[in-house]
Amino acid sequence: MDLVMAPPEMQVVYEHPRSLADVPTRYCPGCTHGIAHRLLAEAIDELGLQERAVLVAPVGCSVFAYEYFNVDACQAAHGRAPAMATGLKRMLPENIVITYQGDGDLVSIGAAEIMHAAARGEQITTIFINNAIYGMTGGQMAPTTLPGQKTTSSPLGRDTRRTGAPIRMSEVLAQFDGAAYIVRRSLHDVANIRKAKKAILTALKVQMAGLGFSMVELLSSCPTNWGIAPEKALDWIEQNMIPQFPPGDYKIHDAVKTL
Amino acid sequence: MTIGRITINQDRCKGCTLCSTVCPQNVILMAENQLNAKGYHPALFVDPDGDCTGCAVCAIICPDVCITVYREAAKRTKAVREAVTI
Repeated sequence: MDLVMAPPEMQVVYEHPRSLADVPTRYCPGCTHGIAHRLLAEAIDELGLQERAVLVAPVGCSVFAYEYFNVDACQAAHGRAPAMATGLKRMLPENIVITYQGDGDLVSIGAAEIMHAAARGEQITTIFINNAIYGMTGGQMAPTTLPGQKTTSSPLGRDTRRTGAPIRMSEVLAQFDGAAYIVRRSLHDVANIRKAKKAILTALKVQMAGLGFSMVELLSSCPTNWGIAPEKALDWIEQNMIPQFPPGDYKIHDAVKTL
Repeated sequence: MTIGRITINQDRCKGCTLCSTVCPQNVILMAENQLNAKGYHPALFVDPDGDCTGCAVCAIICPDVCITVYREAAKRTKAVREAVTI
């Protein structure tokens, strides 16, 4: 901490959220996982859900998410966070169950679980981190990797003739009747981070009101595996990811406006 | 007149530079010749003229929740504003 403390007549306008543990994270410098964690913790604090929230951590860079939040948490097998969350929510319906999943987890190995959870209209909230690459395993191609993007398993760039085009999961899940709130937001600048925070608050309110499945997709950066500096990575989201994954509201239940 | 102030947790900072790139008053600099315990060049709050407005955009973009933002209490800000207009 700085030794210089603020004068006593000053008010704190921004501080560490209570639901976020005061421990260093293992994320790389500039990784927007930290921003997503903070937004979720702030939303849990603002809605007073710290005692009721149960976080289901995935496999991926955020595998240790259970250490970073001051809420109850458990760890699911790769891609199976929605299945575990389904069981938790059905047995303990008063709890607020949140899954936090990356794109390798949710769109690839866990595609079936998330689709069926949305189709069944499970009362859970999913925070979906889309950074167009497998982060933890060393930057391999994910189903969300952009056409032509170089990764360690597509060194010449993703060839859409052989590997298909990126899967837009928000658009896919919006087709299901059970989904109540499906939106995509970006974390590439302060204005969009504020919008993402509002979306996470709404998604949690949707679960509290029992309207159905809710998911917030967050476009995130992976400076290490993209091989660019953190601030350039945020520009890369804006220039390359947003045209492919346009932020927007893909499914809004009629009752969401009344929340 | 100082309106805002931030404190940066030097040991937690990973030197990603995002706060210094978004600061509208350019009062956050990266420590070029200084390392923290993790071996990163941390961000420093350098505001000799009291330019910080306490807008908190640095804290909003910080991925490691290192920044606490303080702003002058509302009552005093109003008093100062009245003094300026009169």
